[in-house]
Amino acid sequence: MDYPLLVGIFPQVLLDGIILGFMYALIALGYTMVYGVLEFINFAHSEIFIVGAFVGVEILLSLKGAGLLETLPWPLVLVLILVAGMAGSAALAVSVERIAYRPLRAAPRLIPLISAIGVSFFLQDLIRLVESVWRNAFNLVYPTMDVLNERFELTSTLDVSVKSLVVIVAALLMLWALHAIVNRTKVGTAIRAVAEDQAAASLMGINVNRIISLTFLIGGAMGGAAGVLFGVQYGLINPYSGFIPGLKAFTAAVLGGIGNIPGAMVGGIVLGLLEAFAASYLSLLTGGAFGAEYKDIFAFSVLILILIFRPKGLLGEVVRERA
Amino acid sequence: MIHGVLAVAMVALSAWAVATFPRSVLVFLLFQGSLLFTYLARIPAWLRGALFAVALLVLMPVIGYYNGYYLEVATQVGIFVALALGLNIVVGLAGLLDLGYVAFFAVGAYTWAIFGSPQANLIFGGGAFPLAPGWFYPFLLVGLLVAAGTGLLLGLPVLRLHGDYLAIVTLGFGEVIRVLANNLDKPINITNGPKGITPIVRPPMPFGLPTSEAFYFLVLVIVAVVIVVNRRLEDSHIGRAWEAIREDQLAAQAMGVPLVRAKLLAFACGASFAGVMGVVFSAKQVFINPESFTFLESIGVLAMVILGGMGSIPGAVIGATVVTVLNLQVLKGLSLWLNELKNAGVTVLGYSLTDLPTQLEPAKYERMIFGVILILMMIFRPQGIFPVRRRARELER
Repeated sequence: MDYPLLVGIFPQVLLDGIILGFMYALIALGYTMVYGVLEFINFAHSEIFIVGAFVGVEILLSLKGAGLLETLPWPLVLVLILVAGMAGSAALAVSVERIAYRPLRAAPRLIPLISAIGVSFFLQDLIRLVESVWRNAFNLVYPTMDVLNERFELTSTLDVSVKSLVVIVAALLMLWALHAIVNRTKVGTAIRAVAEDQAAASLMGINVNRIISLTFLIGGAMGGAAGVLFGVQYGLINPYSGFIPGLKAFTAAVLGGIGNIPGAMVGGIVLGLLEAFAASYLSLLTGGAFGAEYKDIFAFSVLILILIFRPKGLLGEVVRERA
Repeated sequence: MIHGVLAVAMVALSAWAVATFPRSVLVFLLFQGSLLFTYLARIPAWLRGALFAVALLVLMPVIGYYNGYYLEVATQVGIFVALALGLNIVVGLAGLLDLGYVAFFAVGAYTWAIFGSPQANLIFGGGAFPLAPGWFYPFLLVGLLVAAGTGLLLGLPVLRLHGDYLAIVTLGFGEVIRVLANNLDKPINITNGPKGITPIVRPPMPFGLPTSEAFYFLVLVIVAVVIVVNRRLEDSHIGRAWEAIREDQLAAQAMGVPLVRAKLLAFACGASFAGVMGVVFSAKQVFINPESFTFLESIGVLAMVILGGMGSIPGAVIGATVVTVLNLQVLKGLSLWLNELKNAGVTVLGYSLTDLPTQLEPAKYERMIFGVILILMMIFRPQGIFPVRRRARELER
């Protein structure tokens, strides 16, 4: 076995894993916040996430069309697409809740889940329809900005591109902001109260419906930010490319303990690392018999094992069965 | 009386119309509509049975003789009816949401595909394969057993999970099966990866029937068996146990229903139907690859069950028919029609259709159809179009 190679790629794999992990963490927050409040898996969150990426690419493409992409300062452009992507995804998340979930709140548990699956499928083709009519193409490429592709060589085996740094910094900022909102503001207290006990919260004068909408708004905004960062980092997006990251982010949420906000962050980073290491080392360790193509299976196996042996996740509380 | 006359007249008229205009999708839809009317009309059971027998055993093959594609559609409908009935046991009766159902279909399909093609030689060496065509019939049973076994294997670890977690894990399982099928071309070539397996041996055709007719009748027989089995299961001890679990797991357990065994049985039963149809599917298609067994297919089958009504046998049959026809005929027909208009340069309200984007193809939007079905049914009619009475009451609010 080629030990120098195994050791040599370690820092790069670690970095890739952390970037992937932050992405998962941002998406996982949407799942976990909604689950915390409604005990419901928002299956459509993967599409809410990818809509953010599409809003971002549309803005970049129109800036490019107007010739502004090169003239505007690049941090401004980044902030612009991030904010727009967050707004788009948040608006979508709130309307999805109003239309497809709220009428079903009293129904048996599987009913809103099936509706959410329907929303997910519907949105995938809706994005495709809109982009087909608008651009006559639905596989879109993020226009590159030269600054973002510059790479710093940290050591001889480790380099980091500007866009990776952007992803890390933006993700950290988002996570910090969310943490502050949930733990330090009145609204955050209300969200936690509704998650604890809806009836009691409403007796305390909290408008439960508004808080639920707000939860979808915040979760959607985080998803939208993740979508834009996903596009910036990986470049190519299509209406269906949200699905697998969404599923993995859900795995991350479960891994950290669903309903638990710090858990989603930890779970995301752990899963990102696991996946990055599986993708690079599986092939080396098995002599090429099993390669990176098994990384998806890896994530699902983690999910199944966690659910069987530690259903409350790494940081979570015990999940109650709703009567 | 009037219903009886009407039903006979409609079936006869629409069959004649299909024979006269064999290319018109609308006329074929009319034929299907007349069958639906026959099912719903207030007519004596013998007349209904006779009309169905005539339509399915005589008229359909004759129509197929004029237009082979319709027979293909009918066969596909049959395959999906069996799948929907299988999923109906898991989701409808036992109340376990299985989002990876198509995995069992894949397992059945690959079972015959590997042994009914030279593929098995790559695994075991030698040149004994493909098996003789006659082996197809015993392999229906093998496919059933392998799929049921897979169902048990999946069920054992995950059935302790409740509701929505179970759904996600079955989804993951379906993806795992697909990824395995996609990548098990090394280190040992078992599935031939994304290239798929071909040629797969077809069974010997009884009575010298042409291939498509033979498959149509084969599927029809299997569907009939599946419906009978479903009927018997529903009223059996185990069927009642499933419904009890669906309504209230705790109460069922208190009444002495062995939870794990009953749930495992539901998984295995549902899976076995899919396994049998998988064997038929692989032989019919001659070629299979992992693309036929995606999450989209699982959700399609789920949409069929939901549309008809969870737990309802006629619901599953009608749901499967409607969704399959929608996919294979209405969406494709719409695509063709749009293309014709486009090529003819028609203008609508001052907008020339030749300017329509080329990527806009109605046939590609089956996800949207499934999505709309699922959302609308859940919001407005969660018990389905043809609900079981007990289920409808359960969902009343």
